[in-house]
Amino acid sequence: MLIEIAGLTKSYATREGLNVEALAPLSFTVREGEFLTIVGPSGCGKSTLLKIIAGTLRRSAGSVRLQGRAIDGPSRDIGMVFQSPVLLPWRTIEENVLLPIEIQRQDVRNHRARAADLFRLVGIEGFERKYPKELSGGMQQRVGIIRALIHDPAVLLLDEPFGALDAMTREHMNLELLRIWKDAGKTIILVTHSIPEAIFLADRVIVMSARPGRIAEVIEVDLTRPRRLDMINSDPFGDYVRRVRGHFGSHGGLDA
Amino acid sequence: MNEIAQALPATRNPTWLWAHRQWALSALIFVLFIGLWEGGVRLFDVPSLVLPPPSAVLKSLAASLSSGQLTRHIWATGLEVIGGFALGGGFGFLLGCLIGRFPILEQTIYPYVVAFQTVPKVALAPLIVIWFGFGLSSKIVTAATICFFPVIANTLVGLRVTPADQVEMMAAFTASRSQIFWKARLPHALPYIFAGLDIGVVLSVIGAIVGEFVGAQAGLGYMILQRQFTMDIAGVFAILVILSIFGMALHALMRWLQRKVVFWIHEDDDRIVGA
Repeated sequence: MLIEIAGLTKSYATREGLNVEALAPLSFTVREGEFLTIVGPSGCGKSTLLKIIAGTLRRSAGSVRLQGRAIDGPSRDIGMVFQSPVLLPWRTIEENVLLPIEIQRQDVRNHRARAADLFRLVGIEGFERKYPKELSGGMQQRVGIIRALIHDPAVLLLDEPFGALDAMTREHMNLELLRIWKDAGKTIILVTHSIPEAIFLADRVIVMSARPGRIAEVIEVDLTRPRRLDMINSDPFGDYVRRVRGHFGSHGGLDA
Repeated sequence: MNEIAQALPATRNPTWLWAHRQWALSALIFVLFIGLWEGGVRLFDVPSLVLPPPSAVLKSLAASLSSGQLTRHIWATGLEVIGGFALGGGFGFLLGCLIGRFPILEQTIYPYVVAFQTVPKVALAPLIVIWFGFGLSSKIVTAATICFFPVIANTLVGLRVTPADQVEMMAAFTASRSQIFWKARLPHALPYIFAGLDIGVVLSVIGAIVGEFVGAQAGLGYMILQRQFTMDIAGVFAILVILSIFGMALHALMRWLQRKVVFWIHEDDDRIVGA
């Protein structure tokens, strides 16, 4: 198992001194090369869970192990993609992509060729010398994705990466992400509040429910790969959507 | 955009004058002001000891400049201002960075900085002249103490408002505190720092003049006092003109530098904000 999570909890102390449980004890594993999605309503703790795996948020109890080693802080084996791309506006696109290399004090020059490959992989070659605000939202998010890939991490974590994009760009980015996953051979954990997106991308979907955040169901998605957009209208896909939505009742709280 | 522009009736002719209307209006205000001043002084026969007409100021200015009488003093004040700004601004920037980088200093050192700021710096000028003498150095120190605070305060504010998502992103890629400071917090603070420098450079002109008022052998402030003694009021106004040109030039220089350094922030000229 690449990632093993056992008995993980997270609780916050409120201003009144009450202990609020954000995550009830969670346990699951992630296989090498797997595409895992986590779907749930706002406030179910799915982003909290991802931040704990990324090592940017302290857990309250339990353990997170990556390749057998405990995760207690940010790791070079992880590449993180954020909901907003979080590019630094004073850096060119290439300088933004090479930021993790700089941070890890590796030789930036040796990674330019890799950066060029990644630019080709996501189809934004020719924009290396531009600045972030000269790019559209979808292109900025592609930069965010290849920044997370530049240091060749074992795991790619994506926190609602396409939430801010319009529906059509979003579908396109989903296909793109599947292609990157296939070409780069990474393990991916993606958090989303869109049920169709979670099913379309995943090998396995973890369905979370709120207050406290816990796993409602883990669903193996048995749809053929490569996935095509017309699968979204197929009966098996519809069955998966119904199954996930069953956990949230008719009031929803999730994207259809 | 183009089609819309063509579809609109051509009531607004985009002539050269219209395109530069803010300059035209600004110049018009200047001409009106000078005209009223000149006309008022002549009409009411104001004695030139009280308020000389602009024409007399201009005459005095031309005479002082062409005789080379002021050259030495312009240089002296210029050196004091630039020296004071470099010292005070540089120190404010560095101390601001240190305090911003190491939070413990914010609780231990910054209260003293704020306490120092509550002392009117102008009131310190006589002491500074005693400690540093009647030469350039006392004016440089006076200018530095006055322009120091806006620079350190703005540096600290700029370092404090780093977007949380940038810090989180850097941390997720295993950045250390010092890397987050150099690669995210400091660049993000630059627009604030330049705002502080812009205020500071104008304040250092005030500092230099105050220093010269207290005791000096050269400089434009010293010349103002000299001309006041001889009741050369037009001459005093001529120096005020030089000082204001000086201040505007420094301000423009800072703005230019800011646009060069903080290149990623500039106003969007294409935006339509109202009809």
